[in-house]
Amino acid sequence: MDFKNAQELLELCKKENCPISSIMKKRECILSETTEEAITAQMDHSLKIMRESVAAPIQSPKKSIGGLIGGEARLIDQHRRSGNSICGSVLSRAIAYSMAVLETNTSMGLIVAAPTAGSSGVLPGLLLALQEEYHLSDTVVIDALFNAGAIGYLAMRNATVAGAVGGCQAEVGVASAMAASAAVELMGGTPEQCLHAAVSVLMNFLGLVCDPIGGLVECPCQGRNAAGVAVALTGAELALSGVKQLIPFDEMLQTMYQVGKQIPPGLRETALGGCAATPTGKKLGCSICHK
Amino acid sequence: MAFISVFNVLGPEMIGPSSSHTAGACSIALLAQQMADSPITDVEFTLYNSFAQTYKGHGTDLALLGGVMGFSTDDRRIPNAFSIARERGISYKFIEADPDPDIHPNTVDIHITCSKGRSYTVRGESLGGGKMRISRINHIDVDFSGEYSTLIIVHYDRPGVLAHITGCLSKKNVNIAFMKLFRETKGDIAYSIIEFDGTLPEDAEAQISQNPNVQDVIFIPIQRRS
Repeated sequence: MDFKNAQELLELCKKENCPISSIMKKRECILSETTEEAITAQMDHSLKIMRESVAAPIQSPKKSIGGLIGGEARLIDQHRRSGNSICGSVLSRAIAYSMAVLETNTSMGLIVAAPTAGSSGVLPGLLLALQEEYHLSDTVVIDALFNAGAIGYLAMRNATVAGAVGGCQAEVGVASAMAASAAVELMGGTPEQCLHAAVSVLMNFLGLVCDPIGGLVECPCQGRNAAGVAVALTGAELALSGVKQLIPFDEMLQTMYQVGKQIPPGLRETALGGCAATPTGKKLGCSICHK
Repeated sequence: MAFISVFNVLGPEMIGPSSSHTAGACSIALLAQQMADSPITDVEFTLYNSFAQTYKGHGTDLALLGGVMGFSTDDRRIPNAFSIARERGISYKFIEADPDPDIHPNTVDIHITCSKGRSYTVRGESLGGGKMRISRINHIDVDFSGEYSTLIIVHYDRPGVLAHITGCLSKKNVNIAFMKLFRETKGDIAYSIIEFDGTLPEDAEAQISQNPNVQDVIFIPIQRRS
């Protein structure tokens, strides 16, 4: 029970007549020689950490180590609570939560890399917002995390999730593809629809560079996690509506990888280009190194 | 870890902000301190390249010191590592090395001194996503990951030593995953590094040590939870 690509994953889902999460759970049990109870308990532990990493910065915001971010999630949360959100409750919650995780991360709090620390906000942000909004059980959210794990596994196996190799499209792009697929399963979509959602996200993030100011996981990372949530939610909505993507997931992933390798090294986590190389970015970056 | 687990994708569970500069650094130090034979009294970290340039903004220093005190990547004590080290009477120092393009971007040399006098240097490279490898012990280039249980055997490079070691392990039914011998000069000190599944039977270390050419046996249990 293993799959090398999305095509094989879909075939397994069809053969077993089950969602992506079930295949991923079976695979995990077999390959790590453990039980479904054990992996469910471990994922439940991850979910608890995710929930805590969302809640803490909204309750009591902290400045990041580099001093570039801190307090943003609380502002968005207050904005929504005041009834002034222009993007609606689900998206407003989700962007606040995703940015909160980055605040926890950059103030040396405990997070779950998903798939990386710099992109750790998208998946918990979207799933926890959907859970609250639609009153979903932890059991189905845990299944959605296994679904996300399947997409992330394919990206790690067949492409990359490292910003230094593939740019931000490989970090926030993949995280958002995972979140989109997970959201589709969570809201009752089919395995095909999960992959359509993931494809649309990868397509929309194609070419996004990794250009952190001062080389720190703060800005623009935090805002890109929020943008990732929005793109993921859009992809999930398209897929659940029955909109299909023309390019299959495996081809989309390969082209993401190829584009990643074509991104100049200065725009791949070296802090030499992009936002990091703007006059303001340079000034902020330097104030951090002389701290 | 022969396959990509769902917990490699959704994980590690870690103190932020960076899987390479915080979690990976912590894992290197956590592994390095397992080679101590007695409580650690002094530690000196030499940071290279990206580690040297950005360690303050990534809490690399706190993660390294925490790892040396036995904290794993998800230990909430990491942000307080400096004060905890002072309470424990561990003296620590960070040195920023000059940039060196021949050395992996995220490299640290950890020089550890123990209360009984053992002192050694471990070089680790943080490879991204929390993964790392140990690339040097003292002056010998080595290569292992901590993803398996690991035996490090320091011995004279003489015929029959390896046969003795593998004989001991085979008698104890240990299933070897990887085995490598590293040496600088023929006949001089060599390091045999054996990575294997499961744990080490109790008296295996003592039996390996019986060979007169064996100087030291260090066992490092598997690091990763998943």
